[in-house]
Amino acid sequence: MAVSSSSSRKKLLLMGRSGSGKSSMRSIIFSNYSAFDTRRLGATMDVEHSNLRFLNNMTLNLWDCGGQDVFIENFLNTSTNQPNSNNNIFKKCEVLIHVFDVESKEVTKDIEIFQRVLKNLNQFSPQCKVFILLHKMDLIQISKRNELFQIMFTKLQEIATPFNFNITGFATSIWDESLYKAWSSIVCSLIPNISVYEKQLLSFNNVLNAKEIILFEKTTFLVISSTNNSLKNSSDSSNDLDPKRFEKISNIIKTYKQSVNKVRTNFTSLILNGLTSSIYLDVLNDNMYIMIIMDHQDNINDDNLVLENVKIFSKLFQ
Amino acid sequence: MQSASDLINKDNKATILLMGLRRCGKSSICKVVFHNMQPLDTLYLESTSKPTKEEFKSLIDLAVMELPGQLNFFEPSNFYDSEKLFSSIGALVYVIDSQDEYLNALTNVSMIVEYAYRINPKIHIEVLIHKIDGLSEDFRMDTQRDIMQRVGDELLDLGLEGVQVSFYLTSIFDHSIYEAFSRIIQKLIFELPALENLLDLLIQYNKFEKIFLFDINSKIYVATDSSPVDIQTYEVCAEFIDVTIDLDGLYETGAEKLLLEDKNNKPIKCISKLKNGTILYLHQMIRGLALVALVRIDNGDTSNLSQKEIDDNVKTQLSIIDHNVCVFKKSLEKMWESSRIK
Ligand SMILES: Nc1nc2c(ncn2[C@@H]2O[C@H](COP(=O)(O)OP(=O)(O)OP(=O)(O)O)[C@@H](O)[C@H]2O)c(=O)[nH]1
Ligand SMILES: Nc1nc2c(ncn2[C@@H]2O[C@H](COP(=O)(O)OP(=O)(O)O)[C@@H](O)[C@H]2O)c(=O)[nH]1
Ligand SMILES: [Mg+2]
Repeated sequence: MAVSSSSSRKKLLLMGRSGSGKSSMRSIIFSNYSAFDTRRLGATMDVEHSNLRFLNNMTLNLWDCGGQDVFIENFLNTSTNQPNSNNNIFKKCEVLIHVFDVESKEVTKDIEIFQRVLKNLNQFSPQCKVFILLHKMDLIQISKRNELFQIMFTKLQEIATPFNFNITGFATSIWDESLYKAWSSIVCSLIPNISVYEKQLLSFNNVLNAKEIILFEKTTFLVISSTNNSLKNSSDSSNDLDPKRFEKISNIIKTYKQSVNKVRTNFTSLILNGLTSSIYLDVLNDNMYIMIIMDHQDNINDDNLVLENVKIFSKLFQ
Repeated sequence: MQSASDLINKDNKATILLMGLRRCGKSSICKVVFHNMQPLDTLYLESTSKPTKEEFKSLIDLAVMELPGQLNFFEPSNFYDSEKLFSSIGALVYVIDSQDEYLNALTNVSMIVEYAYRINPKIHIEVLIHKIDGLSEDFRMDTQRDIMQRVGDELLDLGLEGVQVSFYLTSIFDHSIYEAFSRIIQKLIFELPALENLLDLLIQYNKFEKIFLFDINSKIYVATDSSPVDIQTYEVCAEFIDVTIDLDGLYETGAEKLLLEDKNNKPIKCISKLKNGTILYLHQMIRGLALVALVRIDNGDTSNLSQKEIDDNVKTQLSIIDHNVCVFKKSLEKMWESSRIK
């Protein structure tokens, strides 16, 4: 039942105008920065690459493209004038993440650049998945966020349709957990056999009978998969769990990781015996953490039993 | 409007009086330490124009009173009230804005100290050299030396040689303000020596490296063992409380439950293993307190032990710790029942 693993390198383009927040989100998700740390970032020159080994054999190859006009013009011109050159960044892209600053003063220009980027992608990477992030949402009044998102998203969808792209959009900010939701769904879109994980979790939970089980990627703490018991018997009251809990957990655990960094170490596991439930976080294998939430009342309350089960289960995931 | 006399302590609470010139940061300190306000949000606080008093329940019941900077205590109409006021407080905390011209503040603090000391010689006098985030590392020490020197001179001129004044460098943008308040509040806890003894005993019988007894809500520690406090360790332990509360909160319906105490409930516990062989350990106590400790697990020579044997060893050590911490909790309950300040 091993998860099949096609070795592969996935190219992700991260684009958007200068100052829109690209390098900030990259540093938070992939380099363990805190939101506060991003103030030190300078403008990106040309392209900065980061490589991240992700799950078994996948390598995420993230291209953070400097957003100052000179760089953007350069990317677009190269692709027109020397389409076969290696400098044409639009070749072989799996994903485009285009970031828009919600407080931008030049929305027309932002949209025009988005349009030109799509035109190139349509030519060189027509299968590319397109995500748009309406970023720095924290700067907008809470009551206006939804409307603003809808207006912008509809507009961008209109732009993308002629190039045969179906876009996915998220409202994000580095100051809350929204960033994790967006990036979780971006990387999940790249995992070929994601349904296998779900099936394995389901069968594991037939043994364990946990309230919820969640799988996280080990360095980024992005959620890969999850299973929830109350979905099966939907009359269950635990359906009123916080819908944002996954990205909140990513955020909490990432912050915890930064915290123990201060004493120059990392954590390996965590067991929390709470008021009505127990939470177990442990290494599953080289690439993943697993989190298990058990209700106190319907389970024998033995921490070690749960951890033994995790060990057995992890063998299936090697 | 509340008058100063309404604020005077009639019961037995330990009261902290916060004073300082306008905009020196008094309200910000209160909001950040006791109300979990984000430091940046204090930019929008309005200037305080009347005395305010807030009460907190922790190991001891605590009241923090803020007097607006412009109030003049030496005007005759206020004189009587302030005499009563000063005789009822445990600590006078005077805040000096280190980013501002502070000479006026120094004259002000000396006058207040003289007045307070004559009325209530048992009062603890604490001076916060505040907003040090704006000063470079070198300049902080210079500023502290300068302020301590000048205050000392002024008090000498006023004929107050024997007065003990403690100085703290603080900022709401890091943990220094929590550290200062921890120390200030500890001086008001009558049972502190007994508590510290108990914690030292815990250290002696277990492999604890450091133990804090935290107030969960404010992240002030009301006691710690007698080994020196390393600020990083403090931060990690304080932040571990947040991890515990935040995670637990996601799966409990009703958020504030961690602070609810019910003898029938099992205490909340959280244990996290770290890569360097230590363990972060949290165990809920009484009255909104939690014991948070850094534990060093000692495996001795592990070379001929299997992973299972090592795991079992850790398990045994942890259950001994659990047991001892439960005994500590019982002593805490007893101590609290016979406590003087309630
Ligand atoms: N308020 C707010 N500020 C943000 C957010 N994300 C990023 N910023 C800030 O925006 C500034 C610019 O961010 P960068 O990530 O360097 O921008 P960039 O898109 O990489 O810019 P170029 O490299 O020039 O293309 C930084 O000071 C960040 O702290 C957000 O969600 N909210
Ligand atoms: N840089 C810095 N500013 C601070 C600090 N503490 C408070 N302030 C700022 O000082 C200003 C005045 O604070 P406030 O609490 O209203 O002063 P009060 O009049 O003494 O109550 C506010 O703008 C705060 O944001 C600090 O530690 N560092
Ligand atoms: Mg950049």
